[in-house]
Amino acid sequence: MISANLSAIFYLISGVLFILALRGLSSPETSRQGNLFGILGMIIAVTVTFLSIGNFSTGFIFVLIFILLGGSIGAFIAYRIPMTAMPELVAGFHSLVGLAAVFVAISAFLNPEAFNLGTKGNIKLGSLIEMSIGAAVGAITFSGSIIAFLKLQGIMSGSPIVFKGQHPLNAIILISIVVLIYLLCASQSSNLFWVLLAVSFLIGFLLIIPIGGADMPVVISMLNSYSGWAAAGIGFTLENTALIITGALVGSSGAILSYIMCKGMNRSFFNVILGGFGATDSSSSSVNKEQRPVKSGNADDAAFLMKNASSVIIVPGYGMAVAQAQHALREMVDTLKKNDIKVSYAIHPVAGRMPGHMNVLLAEANVPYDEVFELEEINNDFANADVAFVIGANDVTNPVAKTDPQSPIYGMPVLDVEKCKSVLFVKRSLSPGYAGIDNDLFYKENTLMLFADAKKMTEDITKNL
Amino acid sequence: MEIDPLIFRLSIFILSIFVGYYVVWSVTPSLHTPLMSVTNAISSVIIVGAIIAGLSGNSESIFNTSSIFGFLAIALAAINIFGGFLVTQRMLAMYKKKKKEK
Repeated sequence: MISANLSAIFYLISGVLFILALRGLSSPETSRQGNLFGILGMIIAVTVTFLSIGNFSTGFIFVLIFILLGGSIGAFIAYRIPMTAMPELVAGFHSLVGLAAVFVAISAFLNPEAFNLGTKGNIKLGSLIEMSIGAAVGAITFSGSIIAFLKLQGIMSGSPIVFKGQHPLNAIILISIVVLIYLLCASQSSNLFWVLLAVSFLIGFLLIIPIGGADMPVVISMLNSYSGWAAAGIGFTLENTALIITGALVGSSGAILSYIMCKGMNRSFFNVILGGFGATDSSSSSVNKEQRPVKSGNADDAAFLMKNASSVIIVPGYGMAVAQAQHALREMVDTLKKNDIKVSYAIHPVAGRMPGHMNVLLAEANVPYDEVFELEEINNDFANADVAFVIGANDVTNPVAKTDPQSPIYGMPVLDVEKCKSVLFVKRSLSPGYAGIDNDLFYKENTLMLFADAKKMTEDITKNL
Repeated sequence: MEIDPLIFRLSIFILSIFVGYYVVWSVTPSLHTPLMSVTNAISSVIIVGAIIAGLSGNSESIFNTSSIFGFLAIALAAINIFGGFLVTQRMLAMYKKKKKEK
């Protein structure tokens, strides 16, 4: 058994190691080392916890069994999961953090003696407040992440679910959570604790259902943030520095990612959270329904255009992930490079279903990361490029965002694809994108539409090169 | 007068938010997905609470309602820790620089 002071120092060390783990992600070279720091921090935290309890009885064996059980499930998932399913995986993992926070809070509430928080029915006031906040946020994270997971997995429709009185209802529930926490602290009643948990689960569910599929990058980041705050709440209850530091890190990390994602769509955080985007846009898209001519082509035409180009910019989007076209795409690019054509990739901040989604998929397909550029880095290059190859992206290339103040996506930063000499647009049909608006790019003089499955089209082009 | 230890914890918390803020802004956007999976893994340090909860039973009865919730939380957090770190490792291993031109 080690002293409380010594273990507090070790928890501090593991907190610092977690900071270094995030710091490592500032560049791909240092990132692997960063991950090792994170693992080391976790080992220290767990070991110190064992030593500080010092109870190596039968219970200890069960702890190890459960760690091994969970660990092998986790390891199995980590090795088997395809990279395209990363958003679902992360959403699923968030739900587990949330649920774990809830379980720890329940356990502490039922047996406060074990945590030095007072006695049952007479828990220290401060601890009870921290515990109930941690539990409520954990429960919201859990049910919210489950909905996000179901939407990403396609088990639940990605379209927003809206009903009348939704916002007032949510507001009432949120207020009632605050009231319940107050009453719980005043009465220490376990019934109120269960009601608090139930209501928190419910609001997590209600908060996420009105948010559409393509807004998932914001939702996942936001739930990431929540899982951090839940951990911090429990950290305060347990008076554990490692948990408090980590909770704050994760909380602010998720908040920053949500901010970046919202900025990438030029929408306010509240606009996204209140939801319903893309569901009520039928009126605005029907205004512009007259048939405009489009030029469509086949793989042969596309191959001809690219063969005669000297530089090509690839614009991937969620459609590439759906079609699993990243490997076929890289093969096409390899062929282009053999013909001395310069190729780079342009990634919009909200391409895909989570922050950095496209980068991971391209990395998986062995695309070197120094050929992949962010919007600001590459946007000026479109004017000098010969061909833009848009694969699975749509709204993020729509010039309407720059020209039409009436458009719902007006002001959103977009890739200046139309400035290229010619644009190849791989798409299954002319249907509008997620935002429900027509893409002007389809009708431009220099655009050639390639109507096909992204993967098949890319393979066909490679054959024709 | 002595300062309540809560204030110290609150100070750590607030300062960590600022550390997190600056550290996360310096993360390159291409690594945002690994950032999410690694934050997932580290937030599962909540396992320390779960272990305390799991070991809260006495020697006669290892399992009581409180410790069962603890054990379940241990399993959930362990899924996240192993899954989170390993999947991050797997992703980061894929990020490669351009090979030197032959």
